[in-house]
Amino acid sequence: MHDKTLSELATALAAGEFSSRELTEHYLERIQRLDGELNSFITVTAEQALASADAADAARARGNVGALNGLPLALKDLFCTRGVRTSCGSRMLDNFESPYDATVVERLAAAGALSLGKTNMDEFAMGSSNENSYYGPVKNPWDLAAVPGGSSGGSAAAVAAGLVPAALGTDTGGSIRQPAAFCGITGLKPTYGRVSRYGMVAYASSLDQAGPMAYSAEDCALLLEAIAGHDPRDSTSVARGVPNYRDELSASLSGLRIGLPREYFGEGLDPGVESAIREAIKVYEGLGASVQEVSLPHTDLAIPAYYVIAPAEASSNLSRFDGVRFGHRCENPSDLIDLYKRSRAEGFGTEVKRRILMGTHTLSEGFFDAYYKKAQQVRRLIRQDFLDAFEEVDVLMGPAAPTPAFDLGAKKDPLSMYLQDVYTIAINLAGIPGISVPAGFVGRRPTGLQILGPHFSEQHLLNVAHQFQQATDWHRRRPAFGEENS
Amino acid sequence: MQWETVIGLEVHVQLSTQSKIFSGASTAFGAEPNTQACAVDLGLPGVLPVLNENAVSMAVQFGLGINAEIPEVSVFDRKNYFYPDLPKGYQTSQMYHPIVGPGEVEISLEDGSTKRVRVHHAHLEEDAGKSLHEDYHGMTGVDLNRAGTPLLEIVSEPDMRSAKEAVAYLRAIHAIVTYLGISDGNMAEGSMRCDVNVSVRPAGQAAFGTRAEIKNVNSFRFVERAIAFEVERQIELIEDGGQVTQETRLYDPEADETRSMRTKEEANDYRYFPCPDLLPVVLDKAYVDHLRDNLPELPAEKRARFESELGLSAYDAGVLSSSRAMADYFEAVKDVCGDAKLAANWVQGELSGQLNREGRDIADSPVTAAQLGGLVLRVRDETINGKAAKQVFAALWNGEGASADEIIEAKGLRQVTDTGAIEAMIDQVIADSPVQVAQYREASEDKRGKMIGYFVGQVMKASRGTANPQQVNALLKQKLDRA
Repeated sequence: MHDKTLSELATALAAGEFSSRELTEHYLERIQRLDGELNSFITVTAEQALASADAADAARARGNVGALNGLPLALKDLFCTRGVRTSCGSRMLDNFESPYDATVVERLAAAGALSLGKTNMDEFAMGSSNENSYYGPVKNPWDLAAVPGGSSGGSAAAVAAGLVPAALGTDTGGSIRQPAAFCGITGLKPTYGRVSRYGMVAYASSLDQAGPMAYSAEDCALLLEAIAGHDPRDSTSVARGVPNYRDELSASLSGLRIGLPREYFGEGLDPGVESAIREAIKVYEGLGASVQEVSLPHTDLAIPAYYVIAPAEASSNLSRFDGVRFGHRCENPSDLIDLYKRSRAEGFGTEVKRRILMGTHTLSEGFFDAYYKKAQQVRRLIRQDFLDAFEEVDVLMGPAAPTPAFDLGAKKDPLSMYLQDVYTIAINLAGIPGISVPAGFVGRRPTGLQILGPHFSEQHLLNVAHQFQQATDWHRRRPAFGEENS
Repeated sequence: MQWETVIGLEVHVQLSTQSKIFSGASTAFGAEPNTQACAVDLGLPGVLPVLNENAVSMAVQFGLGINAEIPEVSVFDRKNYFYPDLPKGYQTSQMYHPIVGPGEVEISLEDGSTKRVRVHHAHLEEDAGKSLHEDYHGMTGVDLNRAGTPLLEIVSEPDMRSAKEAVAYLRAIHAIVTYLGISDGNMAEGSMRCDVNVSVRPAGQAAFGTRAEIKNVNSFRFVERAIAFEVERQIELIEDGGQVTQETRLYDPEADETRSMRTKEEANDYRYFPCPDLLPVVLDKAYVDHLRDNLPELPAEKRARFESELGLSAYDAGVLSSSRAMADYFEAVKDVCGDAKLAANWVQGELSGQLNREGRDIADSPVTAAQLGGLVLRVRDETINGKAAKQVFAALWNGEGASADEIIEAKGLRQVTDTGAIEAMIDQVIADSPVQVAQYREASEDKRGKMIGYFVGQVMKASRGTANPQQVNALLKQKLDRA
């Protein structure tokens, strides 16, 4: 069963080939057997999953069910789930059970989907390797010596290993697309405002966006349809109709104008990754697309701007974790200041503290204009780069990450880790959507092609990705991990 | 040396929206702790604010009420600091682009003159919760019912020059917000409180002195006393060769003094930045115009109309327009009785006196405006005389009847103007008082004036107060002087 895509599973469930309970039991068995090594889940909610599966089977017997009825999914552990721990990969929230469900969680449930559990992640979504988790690192099922990428590393690894057919991740600077690329799956970061952020624990509010991670573009379309749309509880969600994202998947790409940003093929790009991407572009040319080089002149400013804006917002967003109302509280505080200091010192990991410090510094009196204001100006320039490029071409293509998955423990220096996001981060600053699709391997490790489009062009991006997946089978490849025993 | 006081006020007005500024929780006062705090107010992980449109509308109405500029775009910022009653670790406020721009408020001073105080701006923000230090055995309790209550902070220019002016300004703000119906203005419940910036400078000096900010003063009286204390403290300090330090102080009403809370060096760096969870508020012209067209009559306009149209004195017009409750009451009385001056006298005299004695507000007067209007009408058409009117008022106050007419009938207080009936009573009194009549008739003309009082009293007594006193007087004089 676990070699099927989410869409194929939906068809099989509808055809009665197996029940949702059988499917759910199958995945739960795999999680139990294999995740000890992978560490992709923080919490597995087997009991609730089976109860939901039975309810889904009963609903199907009565007829008239949602598009995701009975399909098991997993949620990155920063989506609030009522009655289930939502840890954000942090000691700070190890004891936190949300009293409410995130909007996307409600919407998935309304479509009939069920959750197998909450996936591992870099603490508070800060990281590119999933090594910054209180619950330990996640391994890449393609090569257990490699990281799965981050911060949605648990979701990516779990899907790649066939522990769940699809998962939700979040993407603030590449946290869906880079792990999708590292784990050989498809991951979509929607336009900022397309998916509600209500109930998604905030890292950097103006950049965070939830999105699907699955085997295929078709699966991502199925999931996006369920979670997208205006939410009155999120003022930054956009009141704009949600198209049927599967309708245009088969549209022809004849005449498609592809732009290759010069800056995405420069120094630092692994030659193996580059050749895989160039091969993928050739596939598109074979499908009738034309290719031209374009420029995104402010690309080199994206990482500096991001590391001003995101930590600034994070330093404020994470202030609520103070040991007063929920989350970690230190033992025997001597007074209020001691309570704050020790609760936060004990509750947060190193990278989180580093970003809180950076953000606090850049927002401080005397530094605000030089850092935060300047970064916002840069952000506008970066956005304009993309708008200008989309005057000339329909989509932009390039690598999702400069290298394939690197070894666990390989990047000790935070700056070299930050450079991982060189091709993904500007997309969040511009607010546009991006999708990473499997595009081959460098040795045993997968690599991903990133496709970018203008704001709210998800339907087109999914079409472009789907057509590639009709012409290639990279997204059909599965790691050997776990198969020898099954 | 002659000193001049310079005062600026930051007034926090709680807006009377049903729900909070960024959540759907109720804003009602006095509920059990933490029963009116939802996930958003608690700052739970993942929650997001949604701006309450009524709070925006109320803020704009205030702006229009003080003839302020209403900027097309305003922006919410986060003010970051840690405190247990601040659930998110930041207060959502408006630092750089407030919803109300510069405006001005006219205040009336005791000598009858008026003065304009400039308002620098007014901005929307959320209130914090409340830390409770009692009853927790050395620990602190936190009540977040108030967290997220919408506040309009109105920041004046340093235009006031005395405690009296500051109080007059505060009263003017109070009148405007209650007239607009955007706040209940209840200072005891914290619906209105202010921070007072005070400095002194030698008379004639242009530069301002160093100011102290007195935080969270919550009554008109305390504002006056806090300023009085602070001015004296600063002058003494300077005259003794010292210097005023820029600091935040607290007014202690028990000790009637201000005390230092923290100095400028200890001040927080709030690290303001635009709140990424809220979009800028964009007000289109039609929206603002609609609110402008529907503004109620405000205190200054009402005062002017009371003088010009109703012919009231400046003083009466000022008193009767001082609050919307007072003005509405007065106008209702006037409409029923049809005589503005009589209505003004009764509202300011008998009614206000009784309310003051019992410490009640006009809004919960036991005598309704319709009832008082009915009473004044009967005074005006001479159905009852002044003495009976006071009896009727007392009866209405005590709930002895539904209307003045009912009480007049029940108690038989209708004024007797029938000459025959009055003459009969006079004849009886003259017959019963031979000694007094003889004395009167022997007395000189100027003494008689005093002596006639006795007879008037007897006749009024015989009529149980209902005889028309002027008629009694005239008829008595005729009959006594005749012999």
